[in-house]
Amino acid sequence: MQIYLPIAELSVNAFLLLGLGGIVGVLSGMFGVGGGFLITPLLFFIGIPPAVAVATGANQIVASSFSALLVHLKRKTVDLRMGSVLLAGGLVGAAAGVTIFNYLKSLGQVDLLVNLCYVVFLGIIGGLMLVESLNAMYKTRTGKRPPRKKHTWIQKLPFKMRFRVTGLYISVIPPLLVGAFVGLLAAIMGVGGGFIMVPAMIYLLGMPTKVVVGTSLFQIIFVAAFTTMLHATTNYTVDIVLAVLLLIGGVIGAQFGTTLGTKLKAEQLRILLALLVLIVCGKLALDLLLQPAELYSVGFKS
Amino acid sequence: MIRFRVLIAAVLTCIAFSALAEEAIVLGLNQSEVSISTNFNGSEIIIFGAVKREEPIPEGPELEVVVTVSGPSAPVTVRRKEKTFGIWVNTAAVEVDRAPSFYAVATSGPLQDVLSRTEDLRYKISVPRAIRSVGAPMDIKDSAAFSDALIRIRSDANQYQLDEAGVSVDEQTLFRATVQLPASLIEGDYNTRIFLTRGGSVVAQYGTLIDVRKVGLERWLYNLSRENALLYGLMSLAIAIAAGWGASAIFSALRR
Repeated sequence: MQIYLPIAELSVNAFLLLGLGGIVGVLSGMFGVGGGFLITPLLFFIGIPPAVAVATGANQIVASSFSALLVHLKRKTVDLRMGSVLLAGGLVGAAAGVTIFNYLKSLGQVDLLVNLCYVVFLGIIGGLMLVESLNAMYKTRTGKRPPRKKHTWIQKLPFKMRFRVTGLYISVIPPLLVGAFVGLLAAIMGVGGGFIMVPAMIYLLGMPTKVVVGTSLFQIIFVAAFTTMLHATTNYTVDIVLAVLLLIGGVIGAQFGTTLGTKLKAEQLRILLALLVLIVCGKLALDLLLQPAELYSVGFKS
Repeated sequence: MIRFRVLIAAVLTCIAFSALAEEAIVLGLNQSEVSISTNFNGSEIIIFGAVKREEPIPEGPELEVVVTVSGPSAPVTVRRKEKTFGIWVNTAAVEVDRAPSFYAVATSGPLQDVLSRTEDLRYKISVPRAIRSVGAPMDIKDSAAFSDALIRIRSDANQYQLDEAGVSVDEQTLFRATVQLPASLIEGDYNTRIFLTRGGSVVAQYGTLIDVRKVGLERWLYNLSRENALLYGLMSLAIAIAAGWGASAIFSALRR
């Protein structure tokens, strides 16, 4: 069934979009990533103009993340306090990120920088996560207990706050910085930032994996909503018909994803996310390294 | 002497006039409006007509018909990738001043037989002529490769079409052409031109507009997104939140 998108001004298959939304929704619910790093390249691939894909992707992320967040809220696996601190940092970072993005745009080559950002960050995060979770799995198999967390300089920082759900008593400075950094990258790369946020919370802040997913979703909703509004009011690139099709698939997928996520062990979940991140990274890296079939591209005059 | 010149001038005007008036086009369209609704899946336009003449069919080369349909034009940038430091990067860019978003040429025979090069240049009929390219930057020597690439990319997407058997002509009088508009259509005025040619030169031409417009929901959403962007954005978010909440509610009800 073909459907005409009013803003993108092209006709696409409705079932293709439903399926696409569904796949991304499952991942969103399972891993607590918004799925922006998947949905945006996939929309490019089916011929949606990049500006529309980025803006509408953000809107879809709001829907699937909200659907998944409700499940986590019911299960009490969301640290609202930690989420708010991360969000405060995130919004500051996002505002700075938009400024940097527009500066790069004025220089041209913004596509290349976005792609390089993707390859570098996806590669580093995916690689680290894979190695770490494989190690953790090996240790649980052999019966060794994981070493207790060492007291580092992070524990010595001031402005300590108690995060009950997470079970941490740490300074607010590291979460604020993590939030700001993720917000910055998210704005430049046009994604919610979950795939950076989740490992940052696990490895930098030492939060338990179960809480991480819900808390990340909480923060992503606000960042994605902020991005949607920004695109809708400045670039007029949010396609509501495209968004509805994606999010119908997305919200249903997210419900299945959260159920699936609870059935897997934390290490398995991390290994799967790591592999997914590495696959996307590899695909983007190949695009940069291999000679494209069509050397030319047509774009509208900016 | 002066009278002689006036006479020649008068005779020449007469000839020019008669050449124009000899054959004229009477045109019909199956639709002068194309409505883009939510389930729009392309459209077929049938352009038919007759050649009106006061005199018998002139001797000499047969009558041929060329039909063009052109969508709204916009300036575009064509970029080329090059391998730099091991990765493929956009390096060179050429701006094409004016390129139609859609352009179809249908003819009653091979284009080079139906239309001479000079007439093509004059009326800008063939696809390469319909694109107006201004000078490329100084450092790009092969700017033709960029406009070729534009035509290649848009032809692959069915946005530029050349159908050399798209017009059928009966008895040098009746003609009929079909142009397939793709599903991915941009709204605007689609300029439709019909040329009659003999031996490669244009003997008559006719132009009309086909109105391509979004209708219904498509129209409403598009207008809202431009005129009331804040509301549109909030509406998008509201739908997203409602859908997320709705799915969650339905699923928890199902699990019970």
